[in-house]
Amino acid sequence: MRIDSIDKLAAWRDECRKRLDSQKKKVLVCLGPGCLAGGSDKILEEFHEILSKKKITDVTLEAVKKTGCHGFCAQGPLVIIEPEGIFYTKVKKAHVKEIIETTLEKGELVEKLLYKERNGDGTDHAIVDYHDIPFYKYQKRISLRNVGQIDPDRITDYIAAGGYSALAKTLSSMTPQEVIDQITKSGLRGRGGGGFPTGRKWATCAKIESDIRYVLCNGDEGDPGAFMDRCIMEGDPHSILEGMIICAYAVGSREGYIYVREEYPLAVINLQNAIDSAREHGFLGENIMGTDLCYDIKIARGGGAFVCGESSALMKSVAGEVGEPRAKYVRSVVKGLHDKPTVLNNVETFATIPVIINEGADWFASIGTEKSTGTKAFSLAGKVKNTGLVEVPMGVTLRKIIFDIGGGALKDRKFKAVQTGGPSGGCLPEDKLDLPVDFDTLTKAGSMMGSGGMIVMDDRTCMVAVARYFLGVLVKESCGKCVPCREGLYQLHKLCTKITKGKATEDDLNLMENLSRVISVASLCGLGQSGPNPFVSTLRYFRDEYMAHIRDKKCPAGVCRELITFNINDQCTGCLACIAACPVEAITGEKKKLHVINQDLCTKCGSCYEVCNFDAVDIK
Amino acid sequence: MVNITINGKVVRATEGEMLLDVIRREGINIPTLCQHDALEPAGNCRLCMVEITRTEWDGWKKYVTSCLYPVEEGLIVSTHTSELHEIRKTILDLLLANSPHSDVLQKMAEEYGLHKTSYEPNLEGDNCIMCYACTRICEVLGKSAISPVMRGHEKVIAPPFGEEPPDCIGCLACAHICPTNVITWTDENLTRTIWKKKFELIACEKCGKATISRDFAEYLIEKRGLPKEYFNTCDDCKRVELAQKMGALVDKAKEVAL
Repeated sequence: MRIDSIDKLAAWRDECRKRLDSQKKKVLVCLGPGCLAGGSDKILEEFHEILSKKKITDVTLEAVKKTGCHGFCAQGPLVIIEPEGIFYTKVKKAHVKEIIETTLEKGELVEKLLYKERNGDGTDHAIVDYHDIPFYKYQKRISLRNVGQIDPDRITDYIAAGGYSALAKTLSSMTPQEVIDQITKSGLRGRGGGGFPTGRKWATCAKIESDIRYVLCNGDEGDPGAFMDRCIMEGDPHSILEGMIICAYAVGSREGYIYVREEYPLAVINLQNAIDSAREHGFLGENIMGTDLCYDIKIARGGGAFVCGESSALMKSVAGEVGEPRAKYVRSVVKGLHDKPTVLNNVETFATIPVIINEGADWFASIGTEKSTGTKAFSLAGKVKNTGLVEVPMGVTLRKIIFDIGGGALKDRKFKAVQTGGPSGGCLPEDKLDLPVDFDTLTKAGSMMGSGGMIVMDDRTCMVAVARYFLGVLVKESCGKCVPCREGLYQLHKLCTKITKGKATEDDLNLMENLSRVISVASLCGLGQSGPNPFVSTLRYFRDEYMAHIRDKKCPAGVCRELITFNINDQCTGCLACIAACPVEAITGEKKKLHVINQDLCTKCGSCYEVCNFDAVDIK
Repeated sequence: MVNITINGKVVRATEGEMLLDVIRREGINIPTLCQHDALEPAGNCRLCMVEITRTEWDGWKKYVTSCLYPVEEGLIVSTHTSELHEIRKTILDLLLANSPHSDVLQKMAEEYGLHKTSYEPNLEGDNCIMCYACTRICEVLGKSAISPVMRGHEKVIAPPFGEEPPDCIGCLACAHICPTNVITWTDENLTRTIWKKKFELIACEKCGKATISRDFAEYLIEKRGLPKEYFNTCDDCKRVELAQKMGALVDKAKEVAL
């Protein structure tokens, strides 16, 4: 059906909702990246396979569907049964029959698949409805509102969830200037990491005299451990399109691109499906919803370069040139793609736009803090119990995200630091956990919001090794155009490696500090300018650890191989576990007798430490 | 015209022209490696960084590459602060680390009191500083036969797939523009080799000496509208020919006068 007038949309929405409401029970199988890796596509197939042979009242085949990422990746693959919100975790293909027979047929629960929350005394209790699980309870989902709830391939699901109503509202009752005013008033700032006020960007673009303007979406999410944009592109692609179309109306654009990184093939497929179906239904192309607005979107695929997430490099890449940044003394909003005025916003930013239009700028501005309004999606990764995708109001503390939602460090180890803002972000220690998460506070503390990756580290993490790792990522991903970034980060990484080997001096550390300052002022683009951050922020908060490597030639966390030895102490019960685990047969000993590590053979891999249940392996 | 202040002196400049040009016009010396008058500025080497501020910025200042910064009314520029000295010194230090044998870099570094690099020198460094002058001039010629390949520290200037560049015409513009003289070629008899590609050199009809490559001659004849036989003789023979013609003219004029 083509929606050729605004009125038609409401009627179609009623129809879509009616159809969904007629489904008494719905089975949502998460096909987000984490669950998919756990085989959730096979689970969905199994549901369809069994249900196509077996008729169950209240359950139609259509009501058993795939969704995007539901967020709680640590518990995946996830299967959710609505309307009760029954939350089945770590589901395997073999469980499907049981879920059908027990829950769908008899209306009973499969206890073993329910989520278990740990009590204070070490016992645990099951929680049925996912809304009651702490991981979800403290979240507020705006950009992720539909992710995990709808089938990304069905535009009818999006319509039933209120999709394209913001576009209808915009086209029927707002002038372009009113749209820009609303976005400005909402205080929305770019979610890609820069935090530039979105309304101001749109206003600047709209004001420039030009025959052509572009509206581009940045889906080149490259930070290690970040997958917010991926989940929106895969799980709710229409929300991005709707945001872009509203922007196109506001700034007067007829053409746009979504730049998706090469590593996200499913995002490309789902976005392309969404674009095709939006075009078919009259939301893209000529005379959108029967109005004068004409705008179309193409997908531009990246070639696997991290630097192409930088605006000017992205635009070069879209234009078919080598993806290298240029100096932005003339901003891309003035001279962007093909030297025309261009609005480039991040996936999450665009996905938020429809909600602001529908709910109003004041509502949005009432969430979060004064200067960082609304919510922000984070991907929680690293040594944290509840890895996954979360969205919280700006201004909540890091502690709330990591401990209340994330459940604290894995295996109840001691929390040491959290790395925010991607590879060029920074590491914040425990005493910064009560800082509110917003653009300005994190920057002031020496880290940054970035796109929303959050990597938790425990006491078995060496901060020098962490800095070295992230510098290594940046050395590989530097485009190599300007000297401070190409040569500077390379030398910084080399010196950091020298520290982890116990070969560095205090002079080296001074050299690194000076070099870092020059790299950050003299580099051409944001990648270089923030490049030394992993080193600078870890040095700021963990200088003792650096000094231990340099002066005492020790790695306090027991990570840097050149500086540690493994020894077995008298707690050893002689259980043979470490002997079996050692890959180089460096451990000798008999049952119930103290084991010994042959230091000449030991490669310091840490396998013995990991398997020992009696704290008998010392790392020094 | 706009007024800007450079090191305390008010200077007039055309709005939109690049800051580096104005600074140099004032006789102020700023080192550069990637800048060349035949090329659009690129901002690769970062040596031309200067400090800028404006009265209304309230003391806030920033560092910009002057080769790329269009001047605007009211700009206040400092070109030689201690921080800028440190930036330039560090950049030269880093370049020297990767190309310790480059005499060009050594000389520039000496001016900043740097006798050797502070970092571990890469003794196998090839002196390429990735200024892109070669690829940019090749692009200006409309050929783009070579380009930057790979990323970061691995980046090299190379022809497509490291093979003989199909679009190269053997003009040597890349080799001549290179500030650190990295790009090499050989001319043996009537064969030129550059980027592993061999070119036939045109032999002068008169003296037999090698002139330019045939591909380059064809390019110039086509693009510059030169007469086809223009490259049949070498420059020296052309000069001799011209001198003889002039001499003949003079002799004739003398005859007429007598």
